[in-house]
Formats: sequence, structure tokens, C-alpha cells
Amino acid sequence: MRQTEGTAGARILAFGGYQPARVVTNDELAATVDTNDEWIRSRVGIASRRIAGPDETVADMAVQAGGKALAASGLSPEDIDLVIVATCTPEAQIPNTAATVARRLGINAPGAYDMNAACAGFCYALANANDAVRTGTAGNVLVIGAEKLSQWIDWTDRSTCIIFADGAGAVVVSPVADADEAGIGPVVWGSAGDMADKIYIPDRDGFIIQEGQAVFRWATTALHPVAKKACERAGVDPTELAAFVPHQANLRIVEAIARKIGAPQALVADDIVTAGNTSSASIPLALSRMLERGELASGAPVLLLGFGAGICYAGQVIKVP
Amino acid sequence: MAMTDQEILTGLGEIVDEVAGVPADQVTPEKTFVDDLDIDSLSMVEIAVAAQDKFGVEIPDDQLKDLKTVQDVIDYVRRTAVSA
Repeated sequence: MRQTEGTAGARILAFGGYQPARVVTNDELAATVDTNDEWIRSRVGIASRRIAGPDETVADMAVQAGGKALAASGLSPEDIDLVIVATCTPEAQIPNTAATVARRLGINAPGAYDMNAACAGFCYALANANDAVRTGTAGNVLVIGAEKLSQWIDWTDRSTCIIFADGAGAVVVSPVADADEAGIGPVVWGSAGDMADKIYIPDRDGFIIQEGQAVFRWATTALHPVAKKACERAGVDPTELAAFVPHQANLRIVEAIARKIGAPQALVADDIVTAGNTSSASIPLALSRMLERGELASGAPVLLLGFGAGICYAGQVIKVP
Repeated sequence: MAMTDQEILTGLGEIVDEVAGVPADQVTPEKTFVDDLDIDSLSMVEIAVAAQDKFGVEIPDDQLKDLKTVQDVIDYVRRTAVSA
């Protein structure tokens, strides 16, 4: 059977991020649950988070972030032929988010699917996009991580309502003619289904339940080898990394992993401080904000590491567009 | 080979310094982690993980909650290392 003709590699052309307007401070939460600003800052590293409006949907946020990435890429909607939305909080099981988002962005009839690897979702979706471009299955791919976690939170549960938030981040992935120009390294991914009960939503009317201490122990012991392996597979030594952008789960987890990867020179993303934990959106959102602030040079190698419910995890090295 | 209390204390001091930034010389047997050394539950998990690497002794979460003082950890490590 005839097969698609592949390309030499793929790279990220542009980023886009979106945060809802409403800022929720720790003091605001402390007015309704038994907590305080100092405790939240010291345990999870969050000072404030953004929460979507009651009528603002995951698709709305995905369109905002995707539209920005598309505009920044210089491509037209008709250049995109695959749209992947990483989300674990879609408005409904059907229809999926991706097809709706594509239509609203004027992208005509692309392949479109949602993917759920929770907080690892963006790294999984980016790996899928990279493979689709490399094998010639897709020309240009729009990858979006978008979440409205606020609608799956028990706002009387002080262990979770202080952590989770809303937002979206996106990238455009495109082919390169020469392998030297490739900007997305091989993914290192995996899962630990034996820990499925550590972060879960019990039923359709339920809320996120998390065993924080067990997740913390797992994240601070199991992930730095994954991160190092992603560097090794990309042929990038950790000491060459310009930045480390892990899922913004908890600043203490971020810092603990960062200490163990052997990259003291790398800028470590701390977007959680003002964005909260936005699951699959956190990595592209953090990166888009770092780029906006001019913190990363074009071509610089950056290590991404997603991890969360499932338990699922994935990491890869990318080059800054 | 069995570790002495002093060896465990020295190793534990290094861990607490690295994880929580508390100088090793402040880590003395009678101190409590939470009240005297100002170490919270997440740092205790990190200390348990580092202790596993250093001493080869696993301290699960359900045991960790009972280890209040530096001496408690020393006793746990010595006891568990011997029986392992």
C-alpha cells in the first residue's frame, strides 16, 4: 500500500496563551475556607490564580490561545490540517472540543480530536503532533491545552480549591526541511495505573480528589529520571538547557525536580505563582508568558515535563521558536 | 554493616540542610521537626525520600507521621536497617 512521504522533522513555530480575566487571591479563598495566604504560598507556591467566568467555556479559552498562536506563527487557518486539544475538563463527552475550536478559528475541516492525559496532556499532544508532521500525516498542527478545572472543584475542600485554576496555551507545529532545524525532541512517556486512585473524580457529579502527600512523594522521586532521559534522547545535556518548564503542579514539586536534573543554569518556570495549576494548559501557558517577557532566546533548548492524573507523564526537549 | 547513631545523625543533618535549608548543626536528637526545626509535612516527605537514598531504608507515609523528633528518625533508620 502507498504510504505518506515523511519530513525531516518538526518544530514549534509559535506560542499563544490565554488567562481568564478574574484573579482570585489567597485572601479571597481564606474568606470562605479555613486557610491563609502564608500557608498556601509555602505549601503550593500560589499567590493568585485565574478563574473563568460562569459562561466561559474550555472551547472559548482554547480559541483565544489557539488564535494567538496561529497569528504569531504567520500561517493562515487554511494551512492547519490537524487540531489536537489536550483537556480533561471538556464541556461534554461529545461533541469534542477540537472540532468546535477549529471551526471557530476558521480552520476548514481539519483532523480534530481531544486527548486526555490530564496534566501530562500537552506533552502527549505535542508528541502526537510531532509524529504526525514527521510521518507526513499532517502538514501543520495546532496543539492546544485548555482547562476549566474550576467547574470540577469542591470550593469547600481547602486541599484542592487553593490549587486548581483555568486557562489555555497553544502551539503551532510545522515541518522542517533539514533534520538540523528540528525543534521537538523524542518524547519519553509512561504511566502508573496502580496510582489511578491518587488523583481522580469519582463520578459525573463529583469533584477532584487528590492524595497530596502520595502524589508529592511520587512526583519528587519518579520524575527526574524521566526528565534526564528526555534530555539524553534529544542529545541535549541538562547543563545546556536554557529553561526547565515542568507542569505547574505545585512550586515545591517543581523545585524538587529541578534540583535533581543537574541543570543549575536553567531558568525554572514558576508560572504557578500567578496562574495556579491549570493542568494541560500550564506548560504552554508558562512558556508563552516567558516568551512575552523576553526570557528565552530563539533556538534555546527547553525541557518540558508533564505529569498528573492517570498517573500519566511525558517529557521532551524543544527549541524556542 | 550497622550504622551508629552518630553516623545517622550526620547523614540526616546533611539531608535536612539540603531539603529545608536548616543548618546541619541545628539538627540534634531532641529537636522536633515541625515545632523546633520549622519543617512541614511536604519537606518531611522529601527528607524520607532522601533518607531512602542515603540509608537504604524506606520510610512509608504511614510511618512518617509518627516520626516527630530527630531521635525518632535515628531509631527508625537503625531498627529498620538492622532488620533488613
